[in-house]
Amino acid sequence: MSQLELKRNKVLEARFVADEDVLKHISDNGGVKVRKDRAQLALNVKRFVKKLENISDDDEAQEIMEEQNYVAVLGACAEDSLRNGPSAGGGKIYSFQTPKRSGKMAELASELAQTPGRNVTFDSSQYPEKPASTPQSSKKYSASNKAQLQSEKNEFVSTTPYRLRKRLTAPSLRSDSESDYSASCSEEEEEDKDHKETSDVILDQKTPSKTRAAPASKKTPAKKLKEEMTSNLVEEYFEAHSSSKVLTSDRTLQKLQKRKLDQQTLLVLLNKAPPAFTAELKELNQQHESLFSKWMLQLHLGFSIVLYGLGSKRDLLEKFRTSLLRDSVHLVVNGFFPSITVRSILNSITEEVLDHVGTFRSPMDQLDLIMKRFKEDSSLELYLLIHNLDSKMLRGDKSQQILAQLASLPNIHLIASIDHINAPLMWDQAKQSLYNWLWYETTTFSPYLEETSYENSLLVQQSGSLALSSLTHVLHSLTPNARGIFRLLAQYHLENKDNPSYPGLSFQDFYQRCREAFLVNSDLTLRAQLTEFRDHKLIRTKRGTDGVEYLLIPVDNGTLTDFLEKEDEDM
Amino acid sequence: MCRMKSSEIPTAALVLGVNVTDHDVTFKSLSEVLQDNVTPYVVSLQAKECPGIKHLLQKLMGQLMDCCVDVDSSEEEECVNISQKKIRCSMASLSKWYESVTKKTGSETPSKKRTSSSRHWQSPPIVVIFKDMESFTTKVLQDFIVISSQHIHEFPLVLIFGIATSPMIIHRLLPHSVSSLLCIELFQSLSCKEHLATVIDKLLLTTQFPFKLSEKVLQVLINIFLYHDFSVQNFIKGFQLSIVEHFYSQPLSVLCCQLLEAKKRVNSLSHNQCENIRSLPSFRRYVENQVSEKQIALLTEDSFLKEVTQTLLEDLHIYHENYFTVLRCLHVFTTSLPKYPLGKQIRELYCACLGKRVWETEEYGSAVQLLRMLAKDELVAILQKCAEIFISSGKQFSNTVEKLEEFLARFQNLEVAETNEVQDMSVSSQKELQKKTDLYHLQKTLLELKESKRSKKLTKFEMLRFEVVDFIDSLVRSYLAPAEMQTLNEVVYFNTANTLREHLNAAPRIALHTALNNPYCYLKNQTLKSDVGCISNTAPDICIVYKLHLECGRLINLVDWLEAFSTVVTAVEGTDPDSVATDQVDEIIHARFIRAVSELELLGFIKPSKQKTDHVARLTWGGC
Repeated sequence: MSQLELKRNKVLEARFVADEDVLKHISDNGGVKVRKDRAQLALNVKRFVKKLENISDDDEAQEIMEEQNYVAVLGACAEDSLRNGPSAGGGKIYSFQTPKRSGKMAELASELAQTPGRNVTFDSSQYPEKPASTPQSSKKYSASNKAQLQSEKNEFVSTTPYRLRKRLTAPSLRSDSESDYSASCSEEEEEDKDHKETSDVILDQKTPSKTRAAPASKKTPAKKLKEEMTSNLVEEYFEAHSSSKVLTSDRTLQKLQKRKLDQQTLLVLLNKAPPAFTAELKELNQQHESLFSKWMLQLHLGFSIVLYGLGSKRDLLEKFRTSLLRDSVHLVVNGFFPSITVRSILNSITEEVLDHVGTFRSPMDQLDLIMKRFKEDSSLELYLLIHNLDSKMLRGDKSQQILAQLASLPNIHLIASIDHINAPLMWDQAKQSLYNWLWYETTTFSPYLEETSYENSLLVQQSGSLALSSLTHVLHSLTPNARGIFRLLAQYHLENKDNPSYPGLSFQDFYQRCREAFLVNSDLTLRAQLTEFRDHKLIRTKRGTDGVEYLLIPVDNGTLTDFLEKEDEDM
Repeated sequence: MCRMKSSEIPTAALVLGVNVTDHDVTFKSLSEVLQDNVTPYVVSLQAKECPGIKHLLQKLMGQLMDCCVDVDSSEEEECVNISQKKIRCSMASLSKWYESVTKKTGSETPSKKRTSSSRHWQSPPIVVIFKDMESFTTKVLQDFIVISSQHIHEFPLVLIFGIATSPMIIHRLLPHSVSSLLCIELFQSLSCKEHLATVIDKLLLTTQFPFKLSEKVLQVLINIFLYHDFSVQNFIKGFQLSIVEHFYSQPLSVLCCQLLEAKKRVNSLSHNQCENIRSLPSFRRYVENQVSEKQIALLTEDSFLKEVTQTLLEDLHIYHENYFTVLRCLHVFTTSLPKYPLGKQIRELYCACLGKRVWETEEYGSAVQLLRMLAKDELVAILQKCAEIFISSGKQFSNTVEKLEEFLARFQNLEVAETNEVQDMSVSSQKELQKKTDLYHLQKTLLELKESKRSKKLTKFEMLRFEVVDFIDSLVRSYLAPAEMQTLNEVVYFNTANTLREHLNAAPRIALHTALNNPYCYLKNQTLKSDVGCISNTAPDICIVYKLHLECGRLINLVDWLEAFSTVVTAVEGTDPDSVATDQVDEIIHARFIRAVSELELLGFIKPSKQKTDHVARLTWGGC
């Protein structure tokens, strides 16, 4: 595989360059530009192709010129900032969906594993790329045609002898007059083997050949390649979107006999794992920390600061807080906390910062008061640090609106971090101008320990301590009878815990049992009681296939057992 | 103004354009003007404050009550009382309130009822501004209009709609029955481009402020404006940020102030600051062009350096004074050209001149070519405008003004001379044709005539036109040299467009993608170094997990994923499968996997799925 890659590099005149991808990402029209660039590259090799250059390209030239003007300024800067990192294949980011082969991941993994200590090549061709020529919708038709033609041609290439191929490629070159062929054409003078390689590469660039097997090490069976080449970009696209069937293996974690870890053991285990790249991480952090005084200045000048980039920014913000904000009034909001609300943020401002007693009818009123107080008293200053401004609880439109209005106050200084890839979509223009953001890239690579510990993670077993405490709290506020009702249901639930097809307790059954235990005297009282439970999310009702109402407790069995034991102790 | 029925509410529809963020400023000044000149009762409402008619009335009353406190402080108590009772907000109470207020302030006016014929308010109207009309719920708007039209006789009411899209929206939001209650007059605000032009004119094209933007920075700001938001406010924000960045990062920005002050400050520069000056690229260029003794003096003696710096700063100042005048003059010329080779707006011309020697560009060449073809009356008009610009700019251009006036006078004189000449020409040629000749001679004379026309001697006008264009060209060459060539330009020019772009127009997705795909960008560890599109298998866990997940479709089997991950990780660590600690290692790998997966979930790449056991769904590109 890596050998292959080396060879590719050698012949690759028209290789996909990431910088171009950046440009492409910046401007939609960039796709055209990339193609053009490639065309020009090819021109150097073969002059005559120039005549065949698509006229539409010339038409677009004007447009491209303007586009380039824009890209030159915005894009050139992006390139400048390469030394600092952010260059990424736009094509890789925004690609079409293509059908995926199951088992692909395992293959890749074994590839990675086979070359320990070395760089394993993930050629960009392995990932679905945005085909350079398709994005313009008006061109869709021609693009699809092109792809077809190309794949057919490539088929020729790999099967026919050299002479014949030469004859065959010439007309097809003329027919679609797309510059991309010039690249493969130019290779004709070279060795046959090389040729195969190039056409392979071109195909990779043009069609997201997801179905193509990863060329396993040295054996790249030409036959197999041929089959995949015929696959059509458009067909692939629709294939991927039409079938709702998912092709993945049916293995489950249970069969793997891996017990679910709880949060505690997870932490212990992670501490055992050796930390990697400590020196580099430290250097990164130091880079960011050197910006602290600048942030301070900019916060004071009425800007808000938002931090983005991979890695937890909690420690960084904490450090900022401890080093610069120790003597000023500040409020830290842990956005990742699952029960955080805007209301609680506003409450802490009014109660802790403004020493206001009393309640408010709506967050709007509260906001009004805060804004009034801060406007009246210019000596009042507040630093607002929000970790994960984009968390589930805060990302709502209303919450963002309120926070934005807070941030717009001249004496509230907001510094926040975002992590979600789509976080910037939270803000429309109005909100952005209220926030008055300055963006800072602070990639730290540090693990999101705190942030993910609250997330109901897929693989982490919930300890249920939270659920248990809420269960006891709610039940303690109820009448003994109500507690009895819930107990009854819980016991029944546990009795049936081994029955996989247990639908729940039907309402009629339940009523009967409750009557027998002298807990209720009419089904109305029971219903009233159940409504209360439902409001506290203690039970869930479900209609069975026969239309009967079934009652369920949406708490896992372990917690429920714990709860019953505790109840027994109390009694 | 159209005649209004008595039940109609006078309404102004204000079309403001899509740059929503700038509207606030407009409305603020509008309500200030109204408050100063027309009425104290101005209320502005935003859609987000008024989800229902009740809230709307509440807000309206609330703001009006505040108004009345401003007008008459004795009423304060009453107002407080009212607000404590949480006023029953209705139109009836509003009209009652209005009656009481107007009675107090304007007791002389006997008739409170306005007559529909006279358009002068006898009592000040209540003006209600709907800042963002499009975002209001139709129901609220309709109800409010219908209700208030019932009460229009009790108090005068004027509505103002702020519209971002097009006036059509009024009719889309309001049915005919409601819109017929309004008497709408349409107003169009200036386009945001003109606002931008004003801002640039007042902030950048002036010597009043010493701080300047370099070409790239200005380009970035203008591009953000044109391609992203049309927001003048954002442009100003970018300008502010440039100022902050300049004064924060450039140590010599202490000298970026008014000339007199700067000269004073030069005297108190420390040795280190002098060294800073010496290390400026533009200053080094300057030193290289001096004779060797002076070079040594500049590089060793601080006092001499300070002296020179003062003169250099003065030069820079003079350069700017001349620059903007000549730029405006050139702009007058270029805007009259077809197709605007140097741009229509002065900012385009400014950008072109800032970056490079404009006279070396192709566009300038074609502009000069076109100038040489201008008609006389156009040219005269332009010259007159230029003369005005030069006169208004001050004394330093008196020579130029004289020259321009001379040109104008010569054009005047031409007129007489020219007519004579033309007559001469035509008469003589016609005479020749009238002579009796044979075919051969006729052909010959015709050919000669044609020849003479082609290589015709330039007329006086043409000569003069050439002279004028050459004169302008010489002005451009001497005064519009690019700023980067000026010595000490770094002091006043902010030129790191890069930072500006990073902070204003960031690309968080790309940063994330880069970090995941190519960690070497951030972690400068040799083991991570790899080609584009590749990744080292020693990369951080999350990168490996991310890389693996790219291979999957909509759903990802967690078991497969975990296995693939552990294959990679164990291979890297090179652990012996037979070792005793295998179990524990497995656990650790499992834990690392869990962490990486939940991090990806936090970042929004995957989410848990119920479609299949132990599967997660991919959320990003290529997967959804």
